[in-house]
Amino acid sequence: MRAFITVIGKDTVGILAKVSAQCASFGVNIQEVTQSVLQDMFAMIMLVDIDKSSVPFDDLRASLEKLGDEMGLKIHIMHEDIFNSMHRI
Amino acid sequence: MINTHDILETINMIDNENLDVRTITMGISLLECIDENIDRACDKVYDKICRYAKDLVKTGEDISREYGIPIINKRISVTPIAMLAAACPTSDPVKFAHALERAAQSVGVNFIGGYSALVQKGFAGGDYALIESIPRALNETEHVCSSVNIGSTKAGINMDAVKKMGKIIKETAELTSDRECIGAAKLVVFCNAPEDNPFMAGAFHGPGEPDCEINVGVSGPGVVRAVLSKCGDCDITEVANLIKKTAFKITRTGQLVAQEASKRLCVPFGIVDLSLAPTPAVGDSVAHILEEMGLEQCGAHGTTAALALLNDAVKKGGVMASSHVGGLSGAFIPVTEDAGMIAAAKSGCLTLTKLEAMTAVCSVGLDMINVPGDTTPEVLSAIIADEAAIGMVNSKTTAVRLIPAIGKKAGEWLEFGGLLGGGPVMELNTASPAKFINRGGRIPAPLQSLKN
Repeated sequence: MRAFITVIGKDTVGILAKVSAQCASFGVNIQEVTQSVLQDMFAMIMLVDIDKSSVPFDDLRASLEKLGDEMGLKIHIMHEDIFNSMHRI
Repeated sequence: MINTHDILETINMIDNENLDVRTITMGISLLECIDENIDRACDKVYDKICRYAKDLVKTGEDISREYGIPIINKRISVTPIAMLAAACPTSDPVKFAHALERAAQSVGVNFIGGYSALVQKGFAGGDYALIESIPRALNETEHVCSSVNIGSTKAGINMDAVKKMGKIIKETAELTSDRECIGAAKLVVFCNAPEDNPFMAGAFHGPGEPDCEINVGVSGPGVVRAVLSKCGDCDITEVANLIKKTAFKITRTGQLVAQEASKRLCVPFGIVDLSLAPTPAVGDSVAHILEEMGLEQCGAHGTTAALALLNDAVKKGGVMASSHVGGLSGAFIPVTEDAGMIAAAKSGCLTLTKLEAMTAVCSVGLDMINVPGDTTPEVLSAIIADEAAIGMVNSKTTAVRLIPAIGKKAGEWLEFGGLLGGGPVMELNTASPAKFINRGGRIPAPLQSLKN
């Protein structure tokens, strides 16, 4: 299964590095990344493959949300189908 | 990859605009549980519900976590219990209500609907006894919901049932007067009741439905309002277009959840109900959508037109997003469950007469309205008759869910809490319709019924 990780918040040094490191530590493979900085607001979207994740989806989400809290960012991880069904006909 | 704007839009809908799937409702047929011994029948009812729905709540929670979309309620609808009660005419049908309550508690659902009777053309075995038992059933249970269909475009309106239901509503409120008359909030009187409706309190599993199915009710008034708040001074055609596009997106999430739940529970997918269902939470109001269109407050002249537009656009947008659409599908206007409606009723801008007009174009009817405690059963019956007539003539569902606030007068307050909310007791026209109601009989089906 693939999921989207979205990271939204104030731009700081090392966001990409920390989120990527977290993914790597759980065996989550990053397939695509886009990011943009508008004024001070940072928005990054990662498409990840979680088939080989070493932890259940719930734990992965909890650890990403925790990382987000520590860095003052909002991090979500959601199944890619929700976006596909909503935005593609 | 999907573009950034679309992804952030979805996240924002869920995080800030209250997008959710309102309910996954499992419809379960109880026809095979019919037994002349009521205790045996109740055991079969309990066993079947528990067997079929044992994983419903967990599956709903799993999907909610994985997809990141809140699924607020998990519910069950069952075959109208009057059909089971018909087989045991000398027994007390309330035993079935207790069996449903026990099953609901065992599987952990929020509500179970189907303590119902379909009497649009007349009373069959079991119907009358069940209707008579409704006040006790709703008083003695917490999760059981009841509905009675008293009319249809095809059959006309059963005025004997209309007369009866005025008394039943009053009695239900009286029996539960120590709990804000909550019993009456779990009782709906329908005309043209849909048999696959996933929303409470009117959900039941019609006799034409399969053994078991999954029906999903979507929501999302907050999302529609947010879109309209950004559209500036665009014309009404554009307003309708924006609502359509938004309804499409909302419904697609419902369709996804319905398919996934159906797959995981190994139960066929029934329908998605395309409804904008409000909650008392700030930012989750249908009234606020109407106000966003340009009305000073819901209830102002123009409200009916704005609601007609909204109801139609929701259907047009939603219908393409789902493979099977059903249930009530449209915009709900339950007064006590909608922050904007509560405010409008409190200020006096929203009156019962305006609400009645609105029900001609919305998806349900006079819903969750508190009325004075001294309202006579005949007046309640006459309100039901008026609503049923609107539904019958316009070939649409209409419903009445009134809560007589026992011991309270217009302007006082009833508070139910949770999704049922709370609101002011609204003023009624008390001129007597007693002679009309007491005639009994049946209003003949209108010419619209002769479509063949």
